[in-house]
Amino acid sequence: MKLIKLFFVVSLFFLAGFGQRLSFAEDNLSAGDIIARSRLAFYYAGDDGRARVTMELINKAGQKRVRELTMLRKDYAEGGEQKYFTYFYQPADVKDTTFMVYKYPDKDDDRWLFIPAINLVKRIAANDKYASFVGSDFTYEDISGRKPDEDTHGLLGKEQINGKNCFVVESMPKSAAEYTKRISWIEAENFLPLKEEFYDKQNELYRRFEAIEVKDISGIATITKRVMKNIKTGHRTEVAFQEVEYNLGIEDDVFSERYLRRPPLEWIR
Amino acid sequence: MDKIEKNQNYNSKFKILVFGFLFCIYPSFFVFAEEFSLQGFLQTNYSVRIADDNPQGAKQGNLILGEERTQFKASFYPQKSKIGLFVKTDFYHDWVEDEWASDFREGYLDFVDDKFALRIGRQIHTWGVGDLLFINDVFPKNWEAFYSGRPLEYLKMGADSIKLDYYCDIVSIEAVAIPNFTADNLPSTGRFHYFDPYPAITYREMDKPHATFDDTEYALRFYRYIGDYDVGVYLYKGFFGSPAMKADNFNSPSAISHFYPELAVYGASAQRSALGGVVSAEYGYYDSLDDRGGGDPGIDNSHSRFLFGYQKAFPSDFSAGLQYYGELTHQYSQYKDNLPSAFAKKNELHQYLTLRLTKLLKYQTLKLSLFAFYSPDEQDFLLMPEATYNFSDNLQAALGANIFAGADDNTALGQHNKNDNIYLSVRYSF
Repeated sequence: MKLIKLFFVVSLFFLAGFGQRLSFAEDNLSAGDIIARSRLAFYYAGDDGRARVTMELINKAGQKRVRELTMLRKDYAEGGEQKYFTYFYQPADVKDTTFMVYKYPDKDDDRWLFIPAINLVKRIAANDKYASFVGSDFTYEDISGRKPDEDTHGLLGKEQINGKNCFVVESMPKSAAEYTKRISWIEAENFLPLKEEFYDKQNELYRRFEAIEVKDISGIATITKRVMKNIKTGHRTEVAFQEVEYNLGIEDDVFSERYLRRPPLEWIR
Repeated sequence: MDKIEKNQNYNSKFKILVFGFLFCIYPSFFVFAEEFSLQGFLQTNYSVRIADDNPQGAKQGNLILGEERTQFKASFYPQKSKIGLFVKTDFYHDWVEDEWASDFREGYLDFVDDKFALRIGRQIHTWGVGDLLFINDVFPKNWEAFYSGRPLEYLKMGADSIKLDYYCDIVSIEAVAIPNFTADNLPSTGRFHYFDPYPAITYREMDKPHATFDDTEYALRFYRYIGDYDVGVYLYKGFFGSPAMKADNFNSPSAISHFYPELAVYGASAQRSALGGVVSAEYGYYDSLDDRGGGDPGIDNSHSRFLFGYQKAFPSDFSAGLQYYGELTHQYSQYKDNLPSAFAKKNELHQYLTLRLTKLLKYQTLKLSLFAFYSPDEQDFLLMPEATYNFSDNLQAALGANIFAGADDNTALGQHNKNDNIYLSVRYSF
């Protein structure tokens, strides 16, 4: 009897403790914390990663353009410096083109583009973070992330999306940005953004991001299908991530002029 | 009955064999497909002189360029192999010459190892940080293609060469040997007006460097990324890309011939992100080995070339680039004292300013661009506006113009005053 009582007390203690931790996770996180953790979950998954990415750029009339690429990423500090290497398979006229980015948290990126037809490595200006990535509805900033302290964040509440508990966070840029307001639905369990809505100067909704498919890859929740739609133009970009892998031990020298000129075959196939 | 069963047996065995074979070949086909790639394009390209004042020898009136072209590009890089192969070749019909021809653009073998890579064959080399201004990039260029509205890739020509790469954290090295000299392709008779100091003498012999050990060109590049800078150091020993002149008497010649004088170039470049954009600088000392004294009017004097560039990207897919370029002639007094009266006189410091503007529209399917060269000392310029539209991923059209003007008709750009042209190219890529 004593044993049962003890068991009961211990269970209660644990339950209470667990409950406390749960409520801590949900209640004591500020909107800024949520955005910061979301950025790590979305842009810094693993220490490095690789994915074969297919982007379909679809206009209002349904005409489709396709971008197919392999993207390699290596993180140098959690939430800090990263290097990206991109190799293009499609469209035909840019096949074998490579693109490399050194991303720094507090200054403009370094970017290089390799144009195979003239064997030219070209350094390109990088402060156009709101420019479209390869003609899609995603901006460079959408692809590589935005620092949390560039916006002020407020927690609007909690909502469910497809049965998943989400924090709803409103973010307002501190200085001029591509949007004037962003609302993010961030899944409470893994901090991935399941939906984002971007508002323009007229305070009208003009872009919407949605995660269509989330998969567990080596224990890391990963958005494998996503769509960005421009509400105003009707143009949308559907993106599928295939062959996603993390923690591959990608060597540092992959992100160098050598591999821009001669793509690293072991990584791009 | 037995026979039928045997037949059925045979049939099913055959089917298993075929399916087995297909099963084996199917995945390997895809592996192979990844390793082998065949691509190319079909293209039409026309360029028409705006004015009706055509040069002597013009074959098709105002038509500077008119052609249908197809390109095939094949590569084979087997998985886990250190060897690869790449070939790029064009076939075209030229309306100006009214001929069918081919153009073997590139073709090389690659051997790749951990720290080394070797590339043997016809290949395009591109170095330096200038935008359409070349200092340490001494490799062959096709200026006629550039001035007549061909796509940019035709500005560079392949050189039959051997290239050895050495990759190292401290400094990487690219070493090129070109046993078979390829000259720049300059605007030619019949297609372009250009300045000639002695138009009366039409017969000219041309002496090219030979494919011998002595006439082999060597080029070296040392490069690394250090402290946010891309730094390069360059060495070259070979020949000027455009010909010099030999005459029995430069003041009243009766015989003229052309040749490619020896040249060495020592240079350096640096490039980094700064001032909200990218800043570049490049220098090269052109050592005119056949005329170090500077007294031979037919050969360029030794000179220094330098450039500073700045490019910046702005919101909504707009970018701009500015460059300052200078060419400082050494032994200028010798140059001046020996200059024949028929020649155009160069300033001691010859300069260019360039401007590039690029705007992308409609989800980057429409590109509007302008490139401009302007020389304040020679008072001439070249404007190159262009609009490119992608109808689809495969179909692209470009419409543009090359507009030349100058105070004199004997300067680098001013001599092309009457060569203003409008061009169109339509390309289907596959």
